[in-house]
Amino acid sequence: MFKKMKETEETFAQVAGKQLLILTLLSFTGLAGLMIFLSWASNLFSDNNQRVGAIDLDSKTITLLLGSEPPQLDSTRTTDSVSIMILGHVMEGLLRYDENNNIVAGVAEEWNIHDNGATFWLRDDARWSDGKPVTARDFVFAWKTALKPETASEYSFILYPIKNAEAINTGSMNIEELGVKAIDDFTLEVTFERPLAYFEELVAFPTYNPIREDFFNSTSGRYGADAIELIYNGPFMMSVWVHGAHVKLDKNPYYWDNERIKINSIDMPYMTSDAATTINLFRDGKIAMIGALGSEQLDTALRERWKLLRTSDGGSWFTVFNFKDDKITSNWNLRKALQLSSDSSELVNKIIKLPGYIPSESLFPVWLKGTNGSFRQEHPATKIKPNLELAKQYLKKAKEELGIEGNISLTILVDDSPGSSKQAEYFQNLYSTKLSIDVKIDKQIFKQRLAKMRAGDFDIALYGWGPDFNDPLTFGELFASWNPNNNGSFFNEEYDKYVRISQTSLNKEERMQAFAKQQEILINEVALIPNYERGVVYVKDRRLEGLVRRVVGPDPDFTNVFINEAL
Amino acid sequence: MTNIVENLTPLDFKRVSKKKKTTSISRPSLSYWEDAWIRLMSNKRSLVSLSIIIFLIFFTLLGPIIWNVDPSGQDLDQLSSPPGADRGAILVEAYMPWDGLSITKNNSSEGLKDFYDLGATEYINVEGFPSTQYVRLSWNKIIGASGYRIYRNKFDPGSDNSLGLPMADILTAEEISFEDRLNLEPGEYWYSIAALDSLGRESNQYKKIAVRVSRAISIPEAIEKGIITQTSQVAIGDTIYLKFHPLGTDYLGRDMLSRLMHGARVSLFIGVLAPIFFVILGVFYGSIAGFIGGKVDQFLMRFADFVVALPFLLFMILFKIAFGIGPGESGVIPMLLALVLLSWPATARLVRGQILQIRGEGYILASQLLGAKTYFLILRHMIPNTIGVILVTLTFAIPSVIFVEAFLSFIGMGVVPPTPSWGSMCNEGLQTMLNHPHEIIFPASLISITVLAFNLLGDGLRDALDAKMRSKE
Amino acid sequence: MLKYTIKRIIQGIVTVWFIATVTFIAMHSVPGDPLTGERGMSEEIRQNLEQKYGLDKPILEQYIIYMGNMIKGDFGISFTQQNRSVNDIIREHFPVSATLGILSIVFAALGGVLWGALTAIYRNRLPDVVVMFLVIFGISVPSFVIAAMSQLILVNINTSFGFSILPVAGWGTISHMLVPSLVLGLGTMAFLTRLMRSSMLEVVNADYIRTAYSKGLPAQRIFLKHQLRNAILPVITVIGPAIASITTGGFVVELVFAIPGLGRFFVQAVQQLDYTVIMGTTVFYGAFLVFMVIIVDLIYGLVDPRVRLE
Repeated sequence: MFKKMKETEETFAQVAGKQLLILTLLSFTGLAGLMIFLSWASNLFSDNNQRVGAIDLDSKTITLLLGSEPPQLDSTRTTDSVSIMILGHVMEGLLRYDENNNIVAGVAEEWNIHDNGATFWLRDDARWSDGKPVTARDFVFAWKTALKPETASEYSFILYPIKNAEAINTGSMNIEELGVKAIDDFTLEVTFERPLAYFEELVAFPTYNPIREDFFNSTSGRYGADAIELIYNGPFMMSVWVHGAHVKLDKNPYYWDNERIKINSIDMPYMTSDAATTINLFRDGKIAMIGALGSEQLDTALRERWKLLRTSDGGSWFTVFNFKDDKITSNWNLRKALQLSSDSSELVNKIIKLPGYIPSESLFPVWLKGTNGSFRQEHPATKIKPNLELAKQYLKKAKEELGIEGNISLTILVDDSPGSSKQAEYFQNLYSTKLSIDVKIDKQIFKQRLAKMRAGDFDIALYGWGPDFNDPLTFGELFASWNPNNNGSFFNEEYDKYVRISQTSLNKEERMQAFAKQQEILINEVALIPNYERGVVYVKDRRLEGLVRRVVGPDPDFTNVFINEAL
Repeated sequence: MTNIVENLTPLDFKRVSKKKKTTSISRPSLSYWEDAWIRLMSNKRSLVSLSIIIFLIFFTLLGPIIWNVDPSGQDLDQLSSPPGADRGAILVEAYMPWDGLSITKNNSSEGLKDFYDLGATEYINVEGFPSTQYVRLSWNKIIGASGYRIYRNKFDPGSDNSLGLPMADILTAEEISFEDRLNLEPGEYWYSIAALDSLGRESNQYKKIAVRVSRAISIPEAIEKGIITQTSQVAIGDTIYLKFHPLGTDYLGRDMLSRLMHGARVSLFIGVLAPIFFVILGVFYGSIAGFIGGKVDQFLMRFADFVVALPFLLFMILFKIAFGIGPGESGVIPMLLALVLLSWPATARLVRGQILQIRGEGYILASQLLGAKTYFLILRHMIPNTIGVILVTLTFAIPSVIFVEAFLSFIGMGVVPPTPSWGSMCNEGLQTMLNHPHEIIFPASLISITVLAFNLLGDGLRDALDAKMRSKE
Repeated sequence: MLKYTIKRIIQGIVTVWFIATVTFIAMHSVPGDPLTGERGMSEEIRQNLEQKYGLDKPILEQYIIYMGNMIKGDFGISFTQQNRSVNDIIREHFPVSATLGILSIVFAALGGVLWGALTAIYRNRLPDVVVMFLVIFGISVPSFVIAAMSQLILVNINTSFGFSILPVAGWGTISHMLVPSLVLGLGTMAFLTRLMRSSMLEVVNADYIRTAYSKGLPAQRIFLKHQLRNAILPVITVIGPAIASITTGGFVVELVFAIPGLGRFFVQAVQQLDYTVIMGTTVFYGAFLVFMVIIVDLIYGLVDPRVRLE
């Protein structure tokens, strides 16, 4: 009887197994059908462009990855580096940066900058992507739009050197009073608010890009929201923009300097900031470039025998203090103690671990131009050597002045990016082991950290500043008492005076002297502790040549790229 | 039909003798819990999982006492070192900044060359003792160059010119030395030097040198780290041993074992406390609804339905942000609060259902008819009959909460550094997965083992406590 | 039936209102606001921005305005993507998440049922042991570890073959969907396998199976019509909630595989404190879930004669 049961069970398992197999096959066919249906359905919502490899020789297309979705491409309101990168390819201002990062002619063929204004003569062959000419009125319209209070442009301040711009932006003057005029279709005249030495650098910034009025109005408030809601005057134009997924730039047939452009398309069908995904895509031959490698990935890159390159992204990163009276960081001795116990080279060598990062000694990075050569070579910053003994003495003095017994406690404000947490942990450990200071990490999401910075709700904060234009002023004015980005409320009358000089003087030598003075004051007052100048280690497909990396302006710049077919 | 009892004899009134019992309980009587325990113990899987959990409790509570190492203490001499790595370090002099070597510019009329005409240097010298403290190189000037680029590789550059990491650009031909201090690890490095022309273009010619780097530590550093004392009899060149890290270190040189132990305190704290809290809340809420019934029940359950409808992960993120984390706080409390606020309704529903079911059972009615008071009903019938279900819910809730913690860490909204948690360690380890696998393997396996143990225990408990199973076996 | 449906829909609407209110309160209690930018701005520009987004009004008024717009189906304009409406964002990104979700639930359900049946048939033999081991792996490893690992394995397979068998990231074609949806469905598949297995084993001992045997029915008929069919019922009941957790739980997979789904947008929106996108996403998802549950309940009522809707 038992044996019988066993037998039936056995045959049952066999029969059932067979049935299961049939079911599996059936469900797989069903599944395949469903997938085909789903892929058809999802194509209704996305694009069905054929994806090719990193570089396609036939269609002269290079495939890349975007770090994030551009929020929108309305140049009057754009702020982020991804949008600026794309705008740099699809738009052209009066002036632009060439492959050696010099200012060259863009839409303007010739220009003349004098003490109280500037005149730009536009080329007559510059065209919009519908064939109409780019005129001086397009610039006037764009600048006025950016300054209108209801546009609420975050970068409107960059237009303030133009006469009456600030008053218009704050709503106290009529828009028609703006100091810019289209004399005729191809002549643009600008009047300055005050004498200005660096207007050329400003004009290359995207906020100064042209916008055509009739097109802008026809989009009914959606200008820059989609590929068809934009009109282009740059080397490329956007043919695909699937939000969060895909951007494709194609060569603009109407671009005046068309011969300069050697590739037909830049395809960016991936959007992610995930480092592992990026490196996996590159390994898989799907993208032609990794914009920045992380320190964890260097060994992989070496093992894969990639050709590695490095550049600087221009950003200066430092520790800022809160100078408000109720904060202990307003005490000079305490700041001095922290300065003397910090070692930026240890931070770079042991924590960041990336070549290309430079341990910094000053707010002003080494790449800034001076009178003739480099600013930092002409005006070296005072080196502060780490000295623990001295630091402890200053700390003792600080404690006496502040009336604190026991350990000092500080709050360090950071955002939630992995890199800054790591650095905050390093500083916490550093100050607690060396100076017995209790450092509390205040880690907040991006916007909350910004809000806390603005409100001055911190003791020290890790902070970085990327240059808006190629002049030391973009860094120097950061610590002017009136600057809204002076979050720690640093105030020094002499410093303000030198910032004023560097803003208004037209004498190069005098301006550089003023910057040197600013640098000196910042170091002596310990207004900040310089940490590092941010670098980038990147890798590109060996066939991709002519790539330009920039400190200021659209980075990376693919306009001069060509494909080396020999490799 | 008259039934009259007649002729009764005294014998009829004699007591009937006690008869032997026909049936008897052959085994000792077992209470519900004793029985469940026996069944749980006879289940091999539950036994294993139970012992894992006991081990985890020891690991969490006693571990940090036995292995008393600061989980946020950074050992910058041993970054990301795997378990069992060589700890020997050679004692060297304290680090002194190096001015480097440069030659004076000769004014002879040698012109600058283009990159394709530039040759390689004839030699590269290693200055001083190459160690993890520094590697110093010098070379001869390349005629016509306007600078040099120095590369470093962990592998031989070989025929495909894979020179490796571009360490630095030197922009004058007269400066002919370079000091490397970037994250040096003991082992072999290949340095290569190529000339640059005036436009910064690089020559195809290069010279390479292999440098074997030894682990080194300076005497003052060793004293500061407490490896040797002021009075130790040591000399330059002696080998000493750096701190021991049984499971290696992480990217900031922190002891993995200690971090795992302290991380367990966070992960298990959230993993165990959050379910306990929301189960308690759910039990109260559900039993109130179930007992009172009627309008109140309806209202309470409608509210629970609302909370159930909130998309869990979305609100987890939102609540976590809304509760905020102050400076120096670990962020555990907001996470706990968010979890409790979002998770209680499931238990509440379950308990209410149980109570309603039990209330309808015959034995409750019988009990009531026999005059049992409410508290007796609750104590004797309600609690014993629901606690099994609650216990099982609790066990199954723990793994899912541990996962939620790990998920939040992954999207960057977990605990605040330097507080370790298994989830955040996993997320950090993920970045270094390829080169330092030990940084992900340990925390990930601990999560897996814990989740598995609680799942299996939950299975075992459910089987053991299921009254229906009693009749079988 | 109709009365029941109407009652459920009204309840659903109230639930959505509740979700919207909780989100509104939670969001506005977060310190900071979406207007704070990286570059500091003057007071005047700030006021302009506040006016533009209506953030200058008292909170209660903002709430009323928002609810009013929501009833009209207008979720407002995104703060970070200033020229796009939240409706656009949902319309473009929800289909992606939904596709991913549907595919993974299909994977999970099919896989769960088949594996579960297999393990039950070959109880305590090799197939059972192997599958249960995989299931245990599936439920005990965090999803982001599995996602990252599978991507890495994919790259290594591709590079060793010299050409791409399956893409490692991105979205657009069937091949892009395969691995992400498998990874997303893995946890649910493991759960369903366990459920199916125990359900099958319970059914084996049921009276009607014994009856069927004694009636002399052929084994395959017993397996298909009696055993499998009845064992699937409890599995189907949990698929409803599983759909909910999968469609809203795609964050990890969307992040790792660079998929433009709504989940990824939500995480970004929270970091940017993009009020309108946060509100829009939670309310939309909430409504989606609520009405999915209603539909599932109604279908049960139609399919299963034992369930009476009242």
